[in-house]
Amino acid sequence: MAEAEGERQTLGGVDAFVARAKAFCERVGNATVSAISEVGLGAWLLFQVLFWIVMGRGRAQPVRIPATFERAMEVGIRALPIVTMMSVTVGMMLAIQGIYSLRIFGAEDQVTIGVAFSVAREFGPLITGILVAGRTGSSLAARIGTMRISQEIDALQVMGIDPIRFIVAPALIAMTIMVPLLTFWADVIMLAGAGWYVSMELGMSMGAYVDQIRELLRPTDVMHGIWKSLLFGVEITLVGVINGANVQGGAEGVGRMTTRSVVLSISAIIVTDMIFAFITTR
Amino acid sequence: MAEPARKQDDETQRPEGETGDGPVIEVHKLVTHYGERKILSDVDLKVKQGEVLVIMGGSGSGKSTLLNTLLGLLRPTSGTVRILGQDLHAITDLERTHLRQKMGVAFQGGALFSSMSVLENIMLPLREHTQLDIHTMRIMARLKLQVVNLSGFEDLMPAELSGGMIKRAAFARAVVMDPRILFCDEPSAGLDPVVASAIDELILNLREAMGMSIVVVTHELESAFRIADRICVLDKGKILIIGTVEEVKNCDNERVQNLLNRRTEEEILDPEEYLRRLTAAHD
Ligand SMILES: Nc1ncnc2c1ncn2[C@@H]1O[C@H](COP(=O)(O)OP(=O)(O)OP(=O)(O)O)[C@@H](O)[C@H]1O
Ligand SMILES: [Mg+2]
Repeated sequence: MAEAEGERQTLGGVDAFVARAKAFCERVGNATVSAISEVGLGAWLLFQVLFWIVMGRGRAQPVRIPATFERAMEVGIRALPIVTMMSVTVGMMLAIQGIYSLRIFGAEDQVTIGVAFSVAREFGPLITGILVAGRTGSSLAARIGTMRISQEIDALQVMGIDPIRFIVAPALIAMTIMVPLLTFWADVIMLAGAGWYVSMELGMSMGAYVDQIRELLRPTDVMHGIWKSLLFGVEITLVGVINGANVQGGAEGVGRMTTRSVVLSISAIIVTDMIFAFITTR
Repeated sequence: MAEPARKQDDETQRPEGETGDGPVIEVHKLVTHYGERKILSDVDLKVKQGEVLVIMGGSGSGKSTLLNTLLGLLRPTSGTVRILGQDLHAITDLERTHLRQKMGVAFQGGALFSSMSVLENIMLPLREHTQLDIHTMRIMARLKLQVVNLSGFEDLMPAELSGGMIKRAAFARAVVMDPRILFCDEPSAGLDPVVASAIDELILNLREAMGMSIVVVTHELESAFRIADRICVLDKGKILIIGTVEEVKNCDNERVQNLLNRRTEEEILDPEEYLRRLTAAHD
């Protein structure tokens, strides 16, 4: 009797384990499905925006230029101070670390090579992307999420105003223009910051530094970073919009989705960065 | 007031129902689910040209769900919604966009765009759907603001308005395109009696002057009896009765009478069931 009882208990334990494993698999499965469907949603959004850009005017529902301009001001111009500050800092940081590691070989004066390539190909777009994700991606998610819970999106729809044309398209256009421009600006400022430190530390003249950079950097290196940043801009926008549109349950939901959008878009940027580098430099 | 110049020529294609005699809204065997839960079951409904239909029902009975389905915001599981002769859920996006220019909606919470001033909010439909010049649009928006007693508040942002002012601004926005059909979710809830009665007056005037068909969701019995041509009583997603005010008042359905007399529904529960429900949360 007692034995049977014990056996049933272990069986119960196994059952519970199996149930838990099942639940776990289900969760993983669901997460995978929702991740894939979110990617699909992103592609659909992109398609819709292109559709409105091309077809909007013919349907007497153009993507509004003033709204796009306003978004561009917000994405680009207002981000200039923070991008500039961070770029100077990162540029100096790169110079400090470069000189430190090259000193091992006594090759400090080669630091320009490392700085030039890493800034143009990596740090310019990456730092800009992360800053824009934190600034604009989050505010986009919050804006759309708030509009959703206050029924502003519904109101647009019943007015016959497509929310994708009215809200998403201007944001996406602004991002694809402004993020590359910001990246170029970040490149210049980073190189300047690095050059300033190098000239102080190694006694190299600023003119010589600039000459070296111009000799080393080919347009393809700069464009590598610029193209990448364009992808980042698109990703940040889509992630922000999708998370905003998925907001459920009041202000708390907005906060949760805003955080999620920042984490996701920064992750997406880093992964894209790696893939892009892998594909284009091999 | 002049009909704003629409971009699309209205006269070229007039589906049935546009001409005036057919019903402007025709709902047939509508079933709507939220996930697994059935919210509306077999709702049949007609709204005639120039009619004020009031939808009543207890909280959670599915009034907002019905309204959202009528607006095309929510896809029904089965059944059809025809607006001005067109099947709302079967037409193309472009056709729906044009159809929606003939519909005005005042949402329960106002749903004013928080990034725009009151005047910009009201001008938005004109901006997007007409080619009027900015001065004309401003004048038209101001006229509508005057109608809801909000002149002088044009330049305030929605965040600076009181709840009742938001409702009235939303009402002005809903009618700025002079729609054929107007939908209002709780237009007078939470307004002071004077303003609430002014809104009722407004609804009746719009019907009178423009032949607008109006669907109103409301809790306010007094206002419902005053403005309604017909009343539709919803309960648990089913229509209990549709009829004129007199018919509904004289209806001997107990649940209808409970609603009209503001009696709460007393559920008969045996003590054990009651205890089980109370403790359910901890299981
Ligand atoms: N977004 C949603 N997701 C899931 N269920 C919902 C959702 N919105 C409403 N419901 C459910 O649908 C039912 C009907 O809700 P609805 O909002 O239509 O009621 P209502 O008649 O408008 O009530 P009230 O007078 O309180 O506004 C409720 O039981 C509610 O739980
Ligand atoms: Mg409701």
